[in-house]
Parts: sequence; C-alpha cells; structure tokens
Amino acid sequence: MSIIDQATFHELKQMSGADFINELIDAFLEDAPNMIQNMRTALDKKDVESFRRNAHSLKSNANTFGATELGVLAKELEFMAKENNLEVGNRLEVLNETFGKVAEELKGMRV
Amino acid sequence: MRPAHEPGYLLIVDDNKVNRILLARGLEGDGHKVETAENGKQALEKLRTDSFDLVLLDIEMPEMNGYQVLETCLQDSELRNIPIIMTSSLDEIDSVVKCVELGAEDYLNKPVNPILLRARVNASLEKKRLRDEQRKLFRTFATKEVADELLKTGFSLGGKYVNASVMFADIRSFTTIGEKQEPSDTIELLNNYFALMFEAIIGHNGTVNQLEGDGLMAIFGAPIHHDGHREHAVRAALEMIELLKGFNVEQATQNKIQIKIGIGIATGRVIAGYTGTQHRATYTCVGDTVNIAARIENHTKEAQRPILIDQYTSEGLPNDIEVKALGPMLFKGKQQPIHIFAVKPN
Repeated sequence: MSIIDQATFHELKQMSGADFINELIDAFLEDAPNMIQNMRTALDKKDVESFRRNAHSLKSNANTFGATELGVLAKELEFMAKENNLEVGNRLEVLNETFGKVAEELKGMRV
Repeated sequence: MRPAHEPGYLLIVDDNKVNRILLARGLEGDGHKVETAENGKQALEKLRTDSFDLVLLDIEMPEMNGYQVLETCLQDSELRNIPIIMTSSLDEIDSVVKCVELGAEDYLNKPVNPILLRARVNASLEKKRLRDEQRKLFRTFATKEVADELLKTGFSLGGKYVNASVMFADIRSFTTIGEKQEPSDTIELLNNYFALMFEAIIGHNGTVNQLEGDGLMAIFGAPIHHDGHREHAVRAALEMIELLKGFNVEQATQNKIQIKIGIGIATGRVIAGYTGTQHRATYTCVGDTVNIAARIENHTKEAQRPILIDQYTSEGLPNDIEVKALGPMLFKGKQQPIHIFAVKPN
C-alpha cells in the first residue's frame, strides 16, 4: 500500500510539469526535516506558536504531495498546538517515521 | 483555448519553499514575471523597491504574517492599489474572511488548483489594469485623493447632499476668436488654456467635472469634503487669472490672440453624484447653487470684473483676499436677489 495518494501526486505532476516535479520533491525533502526539527525545538522551549506554524507548514506540503497520512498527523499536532496543548506524547516520533516512509517513496518518484 | 491576457509582475509571499515553487512555476508557465519573498518583512521591502501588479500572500508566516502585511499595505497610499490574493489552507477560512473583509482582492485555497490560480490571477490583473486606466483618467480631472475616493466608492453610489463651492469659467467672446483664426490654432489655444486652468483648480483641491466648448465647471469640497472649500475655490480663481497673465504674454510674443476670462463662484448645498449611462458618466452636482454660479459667471462681463462670487462664498474667506460688495443682483428666473462680491486679482 502506497503512502502517497497516486491521484493527488499525478495531478501535482501535471500541474507543475514533469520538469519541476523533481525540484518540488527536492525542496520538500530538504525542508520537511527542518520543520520536524523546529517542532522538536519548539516542544523543548514550549513555544506553542512556532510548533503550530511548523506543523501547519508540514501539513500543507504533505497534502500537496498526496502524503495523506503525514498530513493527518501534522494537522492533529497543529490543532493541539492551537488549543495550547503540547502534550503530544509519541506523536512527533510517529510523524518523523511516517515522513521517513514518505521521503523514501518520493525519492523513487523523481523523474 | 486559454483566454488572452497580458503578463504581469507578481510577488509570491510564502515561507514554505514547496509552495513558492509551485505557485511560481505555475504562473511563470503562464507568461508572468515572478518574484518571491519568504516572509512578510521581505515582502514589504520588495514591494517598496519594485512596482508589482499583484501579490499572492500566505497568511501563516513567521516574523510578520500575511494579515499584518495586508494591513500595512492597505494603510500605505503607495501600496494600497496593488491587489492582494490571500493563499491559505482550507481550515484557515476564518482568517481568509477577515482578510477579504479588510480589503484583500481574493483568496485561493492551498494546495492551489492551477486552473483556478490562472483564472484568479488573470482576472485580478485585468481588474487592476482597468482601475489604473480609470485612475489615470480621473487624475486628469481631479486630485489623486479624489481619484482614489471615486475609485473606492465606485460609480454605483447614489447622489447625496453636500456643501460645496461651484465654479464656472469661460473665455470672453470666444466665438469671435474662433472666427478670426485657423481652427487648429483655436484648438491649440483651448488645450493650452485648459491645461493651465486644470493646474490651478486641481492644485487647490478642486475637481473639474465639465468642459463645454471654452467653458468649464469645477467643484470644490466634493466628493471629498474640505472645510476650506470656499477659500480653495477663490484661490484657484486668483491663480487662474495669474496664470492667464503669463499665458497672454506668451501669446503676444507669438503674435497670437490674447484672451480674457470670467469666473463665477457660488457656495451652498448641492446634490452631488454620478450622472450618465454605463458608457459615459461624470461626477457632477446640480441644484440652485450651480445655477447661481453659472449666472454669476455670466455677469462678469457686464460687471467688468474677472472674478465674482456670492455672499456665502465671501463669508468663508481670510482677510488677505480682498473683496468688494457690488450689491444685490436680481437674476432672470430667480425670486430673490443675490448679493454679488468682486474678488480683487493679485
């Protein structure tokens, strides 16, 4: 079972054109780990706002690529932060693992 | 087939690289020139140094968010006229509503649908072009302030009562002048003359709203209210006479016809608004004050004074403007006599 929704990804590829899909994938693979790292730092500092913004950004990108599961996890964290709740348990680890799978699959989807 | 459109110069503001690439590539592919900014601060810097046609603005950003950028732009007279399309995810709908209410042009949901993106961007650019053209047109008749106000309130607004000063001016014996010289000379004379008069009127917060042959009508104190509209109107008249002196000297050196003008000003309540049709409309005012101003202007020839005003106008003037009461005049069609005052040219 693919972790990337193929229909969404196909649509994205059509929209950006085959030439730019690699650029997009690379940008995501470069940026997303920073976002996750920022969330960790924010968690340590109890910086709710930074945590929320980074979760929001990750969610937005995940949805763009059709990484539905990653999108749902990020959204959940964003909403917790919105409610001022940083009791995230192991959710950040789950998110990181999910991103690992997404990254692997996206690498294979480069043209 | 894609509808024809003119390319624009667009600024994409998003802290997220993927989003920036996505928007930029889509729009570049559509022929637009694209610049990007990573946060609100950077966006404002770019907006202040370069002249953009449209901004695509993300709401969620560090440092300065989209909402703050939008507010800053709307409060800045230089940036206010650049349309801003908000880009946001679906769950930010509350913020989007806030932005549109505040004055954002439109919004797009992320992930952005490319067809919708093109359509909204091109529609906004087209609207901006039309507004720019209208603004340019208004600017030839009125101050920047009035032009902006007219655009902001739109043409659909009905009339309202305003207290304003109305000015009429025309060239004495113009028909005779037209018969004495070549038609092209007459048109050139009119154009040079109007250019000077417009300068004086607009320079004193007036709006020229009608031209008819050699005559013009201008309003002071509407559509934007100025407390000093009586003084503004009279100072504009004085400057018109002054500029005309220079104009006549110029005409004389070229062996061309010199002209005299008469200016009449009346102040009072007028009904102001747009009149016309969808194809041709003008901001104008009507009412007794307008008739009186026209009558007074007509009387300048007989009174042999270049500037005549009514009593209410004279009461709003500072001491350095010299006026002389000429007594009451009963104009044709009026029940009550009008007290006329002559303004002494500088």
